[in-house]
Amino acid sequence: MRREAPQKLTDYAPLAFPAIMLTVFFVIPFGTMIAVSFFQRQQGGFYTPAFVFSNYERFASLFFANVLGFSLMLAILVAICCVAIGVPFTYLLTRMSRRAQIVWMVALLSVLSLSEVIIGFAWSTLFSRTAGITNLLVALGLMQKAVALSPGFPAVLTAMVYQALPYTILVLYPALVRLDPTLTEAARTLGASPLRAFFTVVVPALRTTILATLIMVFIFALGSYLLPQILGRPQHWTLSVLITDQAIYQSNMPFAAAMAVFLVLVTLAMVALTLFVGRKREAAA
Amino acid sequence: MSLFLRRFYFILVGLFLSAPLIVVAGVSVNARQTLAFPPQGFSLSWYVEIFADSGWRNALFASLTLATLSAALAVAIALPLSWFLWRRIAPWANIFQLLGIAPFTLPPVITALGLLTFWATTGFYGQPWTAVISHAIFFVTLPLVTLSLGFSAIDRSLVEAAATMGADDRTIFRTVVLPLITPYLVSGYAFAFVLSLNEYIVAYMTVGFTMETLPIKIFNALRYGYTPTMASVTVLFVVLAAVIYSLIARYGDLLKLLGANSGEKP
Repeated sequence: MRREAPQKLTDYAPLAFPAIMLTVFFVIPFGTMIAVSFFQRQQGGFYTPAFVFSNYERFASLFFANVLGFSLMLAILVAICCVAIGVPFTYLLTRMSRRAQIVWMVALLSVLSLSEVIIGFAWSTLFSRTAGITNLLVALGLMQKAVALSPGFPAVLTAMVYQALPYTILVLYPALVRLDPTLTEAARTLGASPLRAFFTVVVPALRTTILATLIMVFIFALGSYLLPQILGRPQHWTLSVLITDQAIYQSNMPFAAAMAVFLVLVTLAMVALTLFVGRKREAAA
Repeated sequence: MSLFLRRFYFILVGLFLSAPLIVVAGVSVNARQTLAFPPQGFSLSWYVEIFADSGWRNALFASLTLATLSAALAVAIALPLSWFLWRRIAPWANIFQLLGIAPFTLPPVITALGLLTFWATTGFYGQPWTAVISHAIFFVTLPLVTLSLGFSAIDRSLVEAAATMGADDRTIFRTVVLPLITPYLVSGYAFAFVLSLNEYIVAYMTVGFTMETLPIKIFNALRYGYTPTMASVTVLFVVLAAVIYSLIARYGDLLKLLGANSGEKP
């Protein structure tokens, strides 16, 4: 059966349910959120319809600039770590047997599905004084006594890399699995070491893939809402944490909504950048 | 030498991925109520606790119900949409595909906050069924992606043959399309199910004050008092996810779902 344009009105029938659901429960909530970001906040967690910019004016503070700067810096750092670990890993993974790839993928998907709550709990246990990794170092005689490694910046960074690494590998996988193996074979035949072949042939061939992955992991890391809260100190809170905090604990919905709108704009700018990179790649191919 | 290096690298990454889970598994078998590692004594009582304690049991039941229903609703939204996009030439309808992928691409806190303001405005805030719809919208991306992949893999000449023999759309869908698409349908459902089971922020912002799902319960326990039950629930979730993904790999083509070319590799 060839694809054809809908002719009768009934041809559109299958579209009705998905269209209604997505419009009512995604487009309208999204619009509601944008509307609330212009509302006036009242005492006691309520807000009244209005059209004020006061929620957005609060962005012009040193505190907010610090949070934004830290969020972006953390997300960039996570993206760089994940890609640096993920590219060689995924490359080697695609060269393994199908069976081994499946086992790794099941493990990666299982870690990727873990709730941020669970990841936060697991790492806070690993970094704690009583049950933590420092006990192991003490047992090995490398340390005097066990210490707590969280809260702190290294703890936040480690847990966020842990959360984003499986995602990075899954994003890289399709591009790497399709990479022409003759490329590296040619380099090897000409006498390059495997490491040299990887850095001089594989990495340049994947330059745009790597760039697109960096941006996607950056967006993913920007969305982390619990790990900085569980494993960090208040100065390690990101924009996502701040939005949750304002919405739930400070009951300031208009301000939370304004920050969410801002986060959407940052994300959309990044998605646009990804598409731009992707188009350049297609043009180059 | 290079083989050794590769092994070493894979062991390092494997250790990194499993270390927190090993510690949590160790904590979960403590004999007394302590989060010590290595565990002091051995007992499986914290696993029994998930089912014996009414709070944890209710949370487990709430999570399973939510995941079962919301994944079903997500598939119910994704199937007609992806079928329509495959069957018809209607470029403007791609906007709905984009809308289906957006909630998952944006930072989760945005979808959560949008739904929170929506349910609060409409006056349904806190009703358990709002969480089902919220999760279905949030995770509709997964069945949408697997089903689009499945439809694009259907050989159109098969469908054309059926049409030439006089079968109408309905018959073709039931006898040709559905059997071909079922593996993708099941894996889309499974992905949405597992992720819904683990989801925290959307559930918390929609029904967090009226209902406790397991992730919400764990988070509350993090704030108000640690117990090894948190660890046993974590282990249960990891095992459940691993079993479900293994089943997908056993009965479907997991690597193809993840973007590899099908079955060409040894």
